[in-house]
Amino acid sequence: MTAPAMAAPSGGNDLARTVIRLARRNSWVIGLWILLGLLLIFTKSILPNFGATGINNLTLAALPFALATAGQAIAVLTGGIDLSIGSIMAVTGVIAAKLMDSAGDEFAVLVIAVALGAGLLMGAINGALIWFTRVPDIIVTLAMLFVWAGTALLILDRPGGEIADWVRSLIRGTVAIEWVPRALLFLIVAIAIIWIPLKRSQLGLSIYAVGSDRRAAIRSGVNVRRTKILAYALTGLFAALAGLVVAMNTGQGDPVPGQYLLATVAAVVLGGVSLAGGTGGLIGPIVAVFILRLVRADLTFLGIDNSFATVIEGAMLVGVVMLGAVVARRQGQS
Amino acid sequence: MTSAQGTVGNERAGWTTLSFWQRIMRDYPLIPLLILLGVLLLILQTQRPGIINQIWLANTLKAAIPLAILAACQTLTMLTGGIDLSVAAVATMAGFVMTTQTPLVGPVTATVYALLAAMLVGTVTGVGVGVLRVHPLIMTLGMGLVVLGFMTVYQREVLASGSAVPDEFAWLGSGLTEGLPNSLLLIIPLAALVIYGLRRFGYGRLLYAVGDNETAARLSGVRVWQVLIVLYVISALLAAVAGFMYAGLIRTVSLDTVNPFLLPSVAAAVIGGTSIFGGRGGYAGTLVGALILTVLTTLLIVLNLPEASRQILFGAIVLGVAAAYSRITSTE
Repeated sequence: MTAPAMAAPSGGNDLARTVIRLARRNSWVIGLWILLGLLLIFTKSILPNFGATGINNLTLAALPFALATAGQAIAVLTGGIDLSIGSIMAVTGVIAAKLMDSAGDEFAVLVIAVALGAGLLMGAINGALIWFTRVPDIIVTLAMLFVWAGTALLILDRPGGEIADWVRSLIRGTVAIEWVPRALLFLIVAIAIIWIPLKRSQLGLSIYAVGSDRRAAIRSGVNVRRTKILAYALTGLFAALAGLVVAMNTGQGDPVPGQYLLATVAAVVLGGVSLAGGTGGLIGPIVAVFILRLVRADLTFLGIDNSFATVIEGAMLVGVVMLGAVVARRQGQS
Repeated sequence: MTSAQGTVGNERAGWTTLSFWQRIMRDYPLIPLLILLGVLLLILQTQRPGIINQIWLANTLKAAIPLAILAACQTLTMLTGGIDLSVAAVATMAGFVMTTQTPLVGPVTATVYALLAAMLVGTVTGVGVGVLRVHPLIMTLGMGLVVLGFMTVYQREVLASGSAVPDEFAWLGSGLTEGLPNSLLLIIPLAALVIYGLRRFGYGRLLYAVGDNETAARLSGVRVWQVLIVLYVISALLAAVAGFMYAGLIRTVSLDTVNPFLLPSVAAAVIGGTSIFGGRGGYAGTLVGALILTVLTTLLIVLNLPEASRQILFGAIVLGVAAAYSRITSTE
């Protein structure tokens, strides 16, 4: 066949090929979206009046988990893990609540900036300690879990403070039409502003490089120290957003860290991010958060014991990971 | 933890010259640990003269022993490069099943039920890690969630029948004989078995082999999956024993009795010099690590520090010891 004859149909072929390639590369995330869609249809079928309000409540409940999971995903992408995520959330929550209470509403923007800055700083300290001490990530963040939890208690020894009403309204209610919860918009904006430009930057590339093969990354001139510190700072920033959202939701700051750690690790893994680092993204884990929340809600609607939700969450986590391992091995053999 | 092996690659590289302290830390990790323990005791004694007496010693040992048993689970799993985050859930389950079944079927059968349940959990975890190759962190995390969920359901089922801690476990967990805690009767043979077993039994050596280089172990004919299944069953059984001890110590069991000890159990093993990447460490260090953590907790309380500073110092010291290990034993 001659070259011009090839050229004619290749426009359509290229498109098809690109679609197939994209679908294959993102098959896990597409599967998650389909699962989420099926779960929504299922929810509608068992609860006919599940609608805009239901979506709104679901998003509001999922928001802190989604933000914390985004942070955890970044740490895991570098091949690490951040066990201190719940404590960082607690610190930013109490900072925001305490400062806003004493400074007044007009300084709320400044207070939010301070809280987010604190998250960045705490994350950067985690990353710097990991590099400096040469202790594994999991051990460093385990120790820092206690340090940051203590810091939260130092700032506020019992739940208190206050979050300005207009800040709280940022994640409450809906935008334009009743089907778009503000919480969802908040999440999308946060991811779009922080992660999307980063992923395409040099830092984003370095994060994936360090996660997939540290030694190769070093030899290709990636600055591992800088990457680790900045990646953990980003994790801290997302944790700070999550802590802020928890405080916005309750209207005050709670120095005792919530149970976010296991949930974020579960969602990260379900979301297709390998614990070995280097593969996956942020969208998958966030969709996984919504799936896990929706399963929990559905079980409540069905009148099934809430603690079975924990059983199912654990079983899903293990089952999906096993499935993923088996699929990966099949692909590796073929 | 394949990803992380790169970070410690240099630790094993070294046949280069080591300084005196590096050699001490590497060959006799117990010595610096015991020095640290001594320093902590010294600070305690100067801060509150006369506090270290027999009663204090007995109480400290009573608190440290269940932690040391939980930390044994972490030591053994960490030797193969794994970790067991389900120990708190399994210990809670065992303690809870034992105490709630005792009024119904008597203490002996109740204990057997609890041990069987723990074996079941350990087998599932072991199959997941060993055969289906799920990352131990994920597998044990998931199993922990499953177990705790089932326990919450079970709790409602048995609420009416009440619970009782059998006298034998209360005696073992919190009783004293001649001023010494009875739980020493459990920990001394157990510790001797684990320490000796890790050094001399074939199975103990297999754990190091698998953790040091799994591929090499497999190529030498080790059936790695069998080693891992047995390992997680042992870990679950040890966790169950720790659960019994906590039941005997605290005298009641609720579903969050053991949870606060999960992360300290990892910390005790790490402080004791067991590498989370596998192949290096042992139980003797872990025992001292559990003691150090317990003494540290009392010290921070005695110093009259607020809860906040206590937590910060606790974290800082755990990190400091871990960092000292990795700095001194690395040969860059």
